[in-house]
Formats: sequence, structure tokens, C-alpha cells
Amino acid sequence: MWIEVNGERRTLAAATVAAALEELGWSGARVATALNGEFLPAAARADTGLKDGDRLEVLAPMQGG
Amino acid sequence: MADTAARDFYGATLDTPLMLGTAQYPSPAVLEAAFRASGASVATVSLRREAGQGQAFWEIIRGLGVRVLPNTAGCHSAGEAITTARMARELFDTPWIKLEVIGHADTLQPDPFGLLEAAEVLAAEGFEVFAYTTEDQVLAARLLDAGCRVLMPWGAPIGTGLGLNNPYGLRCLRAAFPAIPMVIDAGLGLPSHAAQAMEMGFDAVLLNTAVAQAGDPVAMARAFALAVEAGRLAHMADPMAPREMAAPSTPLPGKAWL
Repeated sequence: MWIEVNGERRTLAAATVAAALEELGWSGARVATALNGEFLPAAARADTGLKDGDRLEVLAPMQGG
Repeated sequence: MADTAARDFYGATLDTPLMLGTAQYPSPAVLEAAFRASGASVATVSLRREAGQGQAFWEIIRGLGVRVLPNTAGCHSAGEAITTARMARELFDTPWIKLEVIGHADTLQPDPFGLLEAAEVLAAEGFEVFAYTTEDQVLAARLLDAGCRVLMPWGAPIGTGLGLNNPYGLRCLRAAFPAIPMVIDAGLGLPSHAAQAMEMGFDAVLLNTAVAQAGDPVAMARAFALAVEAGRLAHMADPMAPREMAAPSTPLPGKAWL
């Protein structure tokens, strides 16, 4: 299955958002997620399935003004 | 008399009326040193795609021991800002959000329509919205109706360092809503700009570039700390009314005939 992660096309074995984060090396990271433009709470990641072409945004704390 | 009643920020009283951004410093070490020199009570932060540096940055911010105010910088629509705010609330574990909805690429002027739309949704969801706005009084009233309890009128466009572009408009805004906490956000370039905002009765200032891009950010951070304190004291001391004509301060009676 392929999805877009932070704008890059990735082929993943993961079937859920939680599994995708683990596969991408972000399982323990402080990140927030959005799926196809909508906020996806951390508590919902394990139960949220992925399908081809989904857009996953994984955001982290960053400098800001 | 000047209105010297303390106005809090959604129930929080700040130790100092200085909010400082965390971007554009020459190094993380300078960022930390500048924060300590500034005595800032609040650090603004953002969210961006994880590219390997986010976790280390978060550890630095946590170590500062200040309140965190996430922003929705770069959002050009209400929808984008709403989603970003929801992500920020979870990521930073705070209901505070500095709501920016940008309407114009060159001036980074807030889009009043998108801002109001996003503020209504977020306030209804329990967010404590710090609305980045202009000096427009009508928009301010609408934002308050929407549930905003803190306003952040701009001094000048973000990153310009021009100071208070429209002191008349800001004075009117301050006078129109005396009970509402207001933070002058954006466009401040010099400590004197910050002092001027505080003298006018604003409750705090938020700046970033003026410190981060100074030749000596740590010294400039200290200069801003002194300026906001001076400005606040001056406001509480009830400044004299300006007048057009000269008035001698030295008494005339008793002057020698020479």
C-alpha cells in the first residue's frame, strides 16, 4: 500500500496510522497527526485504517513567532 | 487616572508582560540565553512536518519553564487554522492558541473573515484563543462576540520592525475595550516600540525577530525586558497630558532683574 507522508509517497506494510508511525520510526515521538486534512487524535490512531492514496501529515514542535 | 487594573490571560497572570518567539536565533544556545535575559513569561511555538529536529527543540522549550503559546502561522484559511489548532492542542497540551489566519502575502495582514470564522469554531471547542488581529474595532467586537477573551493587535506587519504603525488606531482600540487583555504582536523592532505599547496601556507585547536577528540577541532581550517594565510603570504612573504650547517648568516669580 502506498500513502503520502508529509508530502512524500511512501510504500508501507502498515494497515493503521499507529502502525504506520511505528514503521516510520515515530512511535515514541511527540507528534500530532492529520489524515486527509483532518486532525486525527492520538487516541484514534490505532483504530484508523489506511488505504492507497491517503495523505498523512505528521507534525512536530517547531520554532515559531 | 490611568486604568491600572490587572487583566489576566484566561485566568493566568504573567510574571512579566513579555512574550517571546522562538524562531530565527543563531543557535539553540543563544535562544536559551536570550529567553533567560528577557525574563519572558511566554514562548510562542509552531508545528511543522517532523524532519528530525522537533523532539530536541521541544526539550529546549520545556527546559525554559515558561508557558507555551502555539501559533497557526502560515495558515491562509479558517479550515487550515482550525486543523492546526486542534493538532497544537494535543501536541503542546494547552488550550492556548495564537490564531493567525493570513489574508495577504506581502503584509501578512490577518484575514478578518477567516479569522472570525476560525475563532467561532475554536472558542466553541474550548480553545483559549489569542486572536492575531488588526486595530479594527468592529472586528475586535466580533471576535469578542465569538468568544475570544484576548486580542493581539499588530503593531506593524510581521518581521518589519517598524513599530506602532497606527498609534491612533491602537489608542482607540485600547480605549474601546478597557477590560479586555491585549497584546501588541508583530512589527516591533526596538525596545522603545515595546515601551510605547506598554505606556499606551497594552497588557503585554509579543516579539521575535527584533531579538533573534539583533547582532547581540541576548543583550537585546535584556533591553526589551527593561523597556516593557519601564513602559508598564509609566502607564501605571499616569503620564502627563501633552500640550501644544511651551509651559515653563522653572517658576517665574523671584526671577532676578538683570
